[in-house]
Amino acid sequence: MKLTKTLLATTALTVAAGTAVTAQDMANSMTIVSWGGAYQDSQDKAYVQPYLAANSGVTATWDESSAEAVAKLRAMNEAGNVTWDLVDVVASDAMRLCDEGLALELDHDEVLAAAPDGTSASDDFGDLIVSDCFVPQIVYSTTFGYRTDMVPEGVEPPSTVCDVFDLAKYPGKRSLQKRPIDNMEWALYCDGVAKDEIYDVLGTDEGVDRALAKLGTIKDQVVWWSAGAETPQLLADGEVFIGSTYNGRLFSAIAEQNQPIAMMWDMQSFDLDGWIVPAGLPADRLARVMDFLKFATDTQRLADQAAYISYGPARASSAPLVGKHADLGIDMAPHMPTDPANAGNVHIYDYEWWADNRDDLDAKFQSWLAQ
Amino acid sequence: MNGFTLTPVETKPLSFALPVIGAAGGFAGLFVGTAHGSGAMGIAIGAVALILLAYLALVVFGLGQEKVTRWGIFALFVITGFLLAALPGIVLGVLSGLFFSWFIFWIGEGRYRANLAPYLTSGQVLWHYTFRVICGAIFVFLITPILVVMPLSFNAQNFFTFTPEMLRFDPAGYSLKHYQDFFTSSGWQQALRNSLAIAPVATLLSVSFGTLAAIGLSSEHVPFRRAIMAILISPMIVPLIISAAGMYFFYSRIGLQGTYFGVVLAHAALGIPFVIITVTATLVGFDRSLTRAAANMGADPVTTFFRVQMPLILPGVISGGLFAFITSFDEVVVVLFVGSANQQTLPWRMFTGLREQISPTILAVATILVVISIALLTTLEYLRRRSERLRGMSPG
Amino acid sequence: MSDTTQTGPMLAADGTPLKRSLRRALRAQKMRALALIAPLLIFVLLTFIAPIVDMLFRSVENQIVGNTLPMTVEELRDWDAADTPDEQVFRALFFDLFLAAEAKEHTKLGSRLNYEESGISSLFRTSGRDVADIGEVFQDALEEIDPAFEEAQVWAEMMSGGAGAEANTRLLSNQIGRLEQLESSAFNGDIGFVPGAEISEILPNTARAYAAFAGFTYFVDGDVVAEEEPWEAVYAALAVDLEDPATATALASYSGPSADMLRAAAAAELPPIDMKAAMIDSNKDWARPNFWETIQTYSPPYTTGYFLNAVDMEKTPNGIALRSEDERIYGILFKRTMFMSLMITFSCVALGYPIAWLLANLPSRTSNLLMILVLLPFWTSLLVRTSAWKVMLQQQGVINDVLVWLGLVADESRLVMINNQFGTIVAMTHILLPFMILPMYSVMQTIPQTYLRAAKSLGATNWTAFWRVYFPQSVPGIGAGSILVFILAIGYYITPEIVGGTTGTFISNRIAYHISSSLNWGLAAALGTILLAVVLILYWAYDKIVGIDNVKLG
Repeated sequence: MKLTKTLLATTALTVAAGTAVTAQDMANSMTIVSWGGAYQDSQDKAYVQPYLAANSGVTATWDESSAEAVAKLRAMNEAGNVTWDLVDVVASDAMRLCDEGLALELDHDEVLAAAPDGTSASDDFGDLIVSDCFVPQIVYSTTFGYRTDMVPEGVEPPSTVCDVFDLAKYPGKRSLQKRPIDNMEWALYCDGVAKDEIYDVLGTDEGVDRALAKLGTIKDQVVWWSAGAETPQLLADGEVFIGSTYNGRLFSAIAEQNQPIAMMWDMQSFDLDGWIVPAGLPADRLARVMDFLKFATDTQRLADQAAYISYGPARASSAPLVGKHADLGIDMAPHMPTDPANAGNVHIYDYEWWADNRDDLDAKFQSWLAQ
Repeated sequence: MNGFTLTPVETKPLSFALPVIGAAGGFAGLFVGTAHGSGAMGIAIGAVALILLAYLALVVFGLGQEKVTRWGIFALFVITGFLLAALPGIVLGVLSGLFFSWFIFWIGEGRYRANLAPYLTSGQVLWHYTFRVICGAIFVFLITPILVVMPLSFNAQNFFTFTPEMLRFDPAGYSLKHYQDFFTSSGWQQALRNSLAIAPVATLLSVSFGTLAAIGLSSEHVPFRRAIMAILISPMIVPLIISAAGMYFFYSRIGLQGTYFGVVLAHAALGIPFVIITVTATLVGFDRSLTRAAANMGADPVTTFFRVQMPLILPGVISGGLFAFITSFDEVVVVLFVGSANQQTLPWRMFTGLREQISPTILAVATILVVISIALLTTLEYLRRRSERLRGMSPG
Repeated sequence: MSDTTQTGPMLAADGTPLKRSLRRALRAQKMRALALIAPLLIFVLLTFIAPIVDMLFRSVENQIVGNTLPMTVEELRDWDAADTPDEQVFRALFFDLFLAAEAKEHTKLGSRLNYEESGISSLFRTSGRDVADIGEVFQDALEEIDPAFEEAQVWAEMMSGGAGAEANTRLLSNQIGRLEQLESSAFNGDIGFVPGAEISEILPNTARAYAAFAGFTYFVDGDVVAEEEPWEAVYAALAVDLEDPATATALASYSGPSADMLRAAAAAELPPIDMKAAMIDSNKDWARPNFWETIQTYSPPYTTGYFLNAVDMEKTPNGIALRSEDERIYGILFKRTMFMSLMITFSCVALGYPIAWLLANLPSRTSNLLMILVLLPFWTSLLVRTSAWKVMLQQQGVINDVLVWLGLVADESRLVMINNQFGTIVAMTHILLPFMILPMYSVMQTIPQTYLRAAKSLGATNWTAFWRVYFPQSVPGIGAGSILVFILAIGYYITPEIVGGTTGTFISNRIAYHISSSLNWGLAAALGTILLAVVLILYWAYDKIVGIDNVKLG
């Protein structure tokens, strides 16, 4: 079974890469997996609907399971029955899926469109291609938003990540993600560790204790979130003064919902989000998905996406095309995490380091939380 | 017991009625007072005002003009409410007006004794009503969360928050856009269709299998009855997360994961215990000689089942079926694991909605569902009463 | 039966002895009952019990180590854990890892072992990338000696021992069996290659490596064996074989295909084989004995490791020990789950008892209307009720707003009622209350009110009448409701996730986390098994005390 599938897949890949694919060889439906919410809407508007309009008879179904993508792909693989065609995942999940052979390795120059000026896809995406299986779409960041009306009188609004740890100056609750990644680094950074030494320190038991101790100073005042929608809701309710979440969520709360919230970009944690194609798709489905992928990740489409959500397009060639918000008509560039004004001091988290230490630190973090 | 009095009603002396009514007024005044700065003032004003009102109502106007007096008191409260706190005040004024216009006569005329045995001491009467108040508070606890989300579904904003505009009853704070979203979004409509495609089939499976098995179990001579019963009830007992994870791995392996059929099977399994429990319960009271009589008269087992047994155990089957239906209709953990994009049900969509993009559309859906279930429950209650009346079991 | 002088056994109408006839009737009845039950029983066994058993099995399953590194595990068996293992072990590791890396299984093993010892994950990942480079040294050297070593066709012919040579089918099926385990699939069919018996005796390592390559090429890559150049590992295996002086001797009298080429390679100088140095060079952690110890400890196909982990213990060289203080979490979680479930059960009894009493003693018209109030929450989506509690309980929520508006609480000191145990207990009490009221109500309905009146008329006070007469009769209802609520509470997941914060979450939340985020399915299964065991004990107790058939739902 596996043999035939792989056989079909390989032939299909070569065919898809070439030009001689006719629509008859392609499946008529796709299941696309993403995160739901405003982000999925932006994908839908920027390239799924245009693609469907251009290819009549094709249907696309959204599955909002990206949060469990690795677990579900593993189970599907165990069963030999992959029901997804294209999966939106964060970079670390993509690496994991690629390592385990659950995602298809791609030749980026062959399967993706080149930039309008002829730059090859791999040069256009550059360093963002962190794994052979990964087609980056956006650069997003986990950063902070705060209630402008809750800043104490006579005090400057918060401007550095260490203000999150300063209860005396900025009293009130904070919301942080319920996982060690980012939080441990911010804690060490604010405990005086230099940015380039954070992972060396965190690699030792004392470093972990130090980070937890720093987080411990605000533990009573922290609401821990696990879904991206929670911090905007908490901020809108005035439940927390400042909280971390994905920058696009904050943008939507500020610009689209007119909430009294402002961004605090200091030490924003960059991350990537993009597509992977599950391994083991039958030829017709693979051909369809490759056709869609080429369309959905070209320069114009990635730039279009930025009209709906404030995430930076992953292609260098898309950046100049980023225009105004589709409904609000405001300039999107200043809201991008990659905008020079926002990217003054950024934190780039170490995928490799976390892949190794995640289990261990997670156990410590969770037991610290539970105490 | 309703409809006639156990104890003749007699007017209470003012020395009893006025202090009691005054105390109630003071209690209400406490809250109004604290909201406006001084609790003590509130108590005093409340108590005095209520004693005055009670005196006017009970003595000056008297029973003869009860109707008019009641309207007067009601209007007074509404006006005071409006003067104190504008629109929200009117709402509270209506409520407290209704209450006090009734309460004054209830206490003053001693009507509270009407339905109680004449030999009860006043302590017992007090306890009787305290107990009712406690029960009332528990009912409030049960029902408030559901009532609270309803107005939020009309929120003009995309958050689960009572905005200042809403609290001021400003029309700008309200909108029907979340209802519109539900009725126009293809995702929600698809979810509704999926729910309606999955729940009835799962219910049908569990009801048909479950009823047969319950009948089998009710016979006296079943070997391993306890063990079989334990296995059949287990889907209700095993923590959902364990069931969900187990089905996820197992159904993946046999190719049922992510299929309509897989979700239906999983939901049918979860609904079975409810059918078994309710049907065996009705069968306990089932008179076996009826089937024997039917068999005696020449009915074959199938006829006996459909013509004799089924009508009698039908209430159990229906209520088991309702439980099975609601289990499937409200189930989120298992469908999240066993289902895939094409089987997104309403609860699934609500769950991802809560996680990925908090939107009161979820509350709009909930409100619609609550209204439907109220309608369903009242219809059931009405039908039940009607059938009881037809069977001559109840006087009313 | 007018005359009873007859002495034989009593006969039924058809003349068979009555006893037998009755027994037959009884058997028929039994069979009929079983036939009615059977469809459902089979249905539940297949759709529900089988999945659960299947999942519980994962809590002890550990074949991945033995399947991925079979030779290494074999070599490690006698290792004394004192020092870094010797060259033999590293050679086995190289060949195992090469195949695993081709099949992309090595990172899975890395993640598996990383649960036990941090850092192993990257060890396997980095070395999996490097094995090809390590083998390439030998490929280059051999191709230097004779460019024909590059030819796929030459290799296929050489390893098959030429046309008509005696075949070593056992070696081939062994290697295919190994691939089947590695890929967890079944491989059947003729791969178009069989290793020769003579050549596999002279070059055992090469034949094994080539057979594995051939099987993989055909089954997994879907290519023709004779058209693909062998892996670097095959060249390395040949180098290992040639290192042994006995090989040269055996080759001297060999006459199969490419015998001359092999003799030339045996005579030539090949790079020295030091897999230990090469692997440690790829990742220095291979020199650490404790990583090897982990591999050795977790090599058997079944393990208690997940269960130990689930009770905050671990395997150490000195036996089983408690984990360090800052890594203990499951004990706390189990205790908390128990404590909170108890609290929820008590609150449900306290709130449910008066309601059940009221419903049971009111005239049925009123009580049926009030019953709607009990059933309405029961019929409302669980998610909605949970979010409703969020709206109610939060600091800017309805309850706090009302309290502040009434002036009972100052605006600065709003009560914290959510994201803690209080929030979980309140919300779950609300959600589970109908499950308490319904069984209590059905029991109380059967208690005649006249008992209370009789007691009172005999001179009992209200309290005595209630406590000595009514309450004891309602105990079965309390028991039924309590165990039902407790069992349901202990496995709850959605509500604590949304309103529980960090101190109000249950063990189920952790299970869900391990299933969907950390992917440690073995640990999730072990935690699930423990939870299930607790629930089953309670279920058993419930059955003993109340009887499963006595549960009533409205």
